[in-house]
Amino acid sequence: MTLIDLANPTKFLALTARVLPWLTGATAILLLVGFYQAAMAPDDYQQGATVKIMFVHVPNAWLSMFVWGVMSIAALGTLVWRHPLADVAAKAAAPIGAAFTFLALVTGSLWGRPMWGTYWEWDARLTSVLILFLMYLGLMALWRAVEDPSRAARAAAVLTLVGAINLPIIKFSVDWWNTLHQPASVMRMGGPSLDRAFLIPLLVMAIGFSLLFVTLHLAAMRNEILRRRVRSLQMMQASQAA
Amino acid sequence: MTALAALIRRDIKIALRVGGGALIGVLFFLTVTVLMPFAIGPDLAVLTRLGPAILWLGALLASLLTLDRLFTADHEDGSLDLIVMGQTPLELACAAKALAHWLAAGVPLIVATPALGLLLNLDASATSAVALTLLVGTPALTFTGMIGAALAVTLHRGGLLLAVLVLPLSIPVLIFGVAASQAAITGPLSFGTPFSILCALSLVSLVIGPFAAAASLRHGLD
Repeated sequence: MTLIDLANPTKFLALTARVLPWLTGATAILLLVGFYQAAMAPDDYQQGATVKIMFVHVPNAWLSMFVWGVMSIAALGTLVWRHPLADVAAKAAAPIGAAFTFLALVTGSLWGRPMWGTYWEWDARLTSVLILFLMYLGLMALWRAVEDPSRAARAAAVLTLVGAINLPIIKFSVDWWNTLHQPASVMRMGGPSLDRAFLIPLLVMAIGFSLLFVTLHLAAMRNEILRRRVRSLQMMQASQAA
Repeated sequence: MTALAALIRRDIKIALRVGGGALIGVLFFLTVTVLMPFAIGPDLAVLTRLGPAILWLGALLASLLTLDRLFTADHEDGSLDLIVMGQTPLELACAAKALAHWLAAGVPLIVATPALGLLLNLDASATSAVALTLLVGTPALTFTGMIGAALAVTLHRGGLLLAVLVLPLSIPVLIFGVAASQAAITGPLSFGTPFSILCALSLVSLVIGPFAAAASLRHGLD
């Protein structure tokens, strides 16, 4: 089974129908374990109980960037290889990515209030993530503005690739500028600086949220394929009636 | 080379003649700047402090307003199809069109800046700092905006969608443009750092803009 075999939407639907229940189950178990571990994790000596926001905030923030990365690969698939499912993948991923970005912003804001004394600060990390959120919304607006899906797909693909410039800016914003946001403490040179008591629940949550994304993404792709089939059937019916 | 020069000359001529609409951007810039004191209040000290930000916002909105014209007219009369099918690489043609657009619509904004600076109670050094940052920054606005203009023309949608797509991309230019102007006026940060980043943004957009616009034209027009 290679990527090109999946170009047939019927095969894709059949495969995902078999995979999705397992994925859903694994997501539920991992998230339950993650939430339990996060609840049991000790309080931070400085931040107290608010450190638990991290277990939701960090996976959401990672995924907000990961989803744009997935969409960029899908955009390449649309423009370079003309893979028929690539634009379905990109279109289905955008609202999910926007939701993760929104959750990262909201949880970060709720965490910032007790720690920094403010809900919002116009520093580099927060601003660049906000721009990412606006770009998700712009992409979704673009898909909604155009009736012809293939035309919208190519335009959206170009915009997605241009927007990918923002990803390294978000990642390195905490190193390039002096910001209120703390620097990277897990994915950094010299290993994570986080204590094991926090690191393990965080990783479980990160994997759980990633699986949640895969599950939601596959389900949304199935819906999109079915929606397109319904649309073409309706158009066929309309043309016969006329 | 002569083809590109001819394209630039033609675009500037069209923009400056009746119905071209390059100078309407300056008029819009003036209107936005005049509106601000009504909203903020005519306190000269406050206007001095906000002056660079007002001028940058006005220039950003004015350049956004004129972006629509970059490809639309050529698409309507069919010359865009000729440019896409022509011998000249489409990326270079896009870059030439953007350069012409900047010369016709961007440079007048910079020329108008000193006059508008007077309205906002900016002194000579502050005005020249704003004009200098606009000179370096507006090409970035035009060249990143060109991506949105190319997308909009292939989708037959302009206006609001173009603004929604282009504005997030122009936020970094706005940040560093205003930061450099403020640094030149009040300090204490050095003018050089944000100004160099602004130059870098312009250079990057000079590379990425034509390629992305050409890609979207090539894939989008049929």
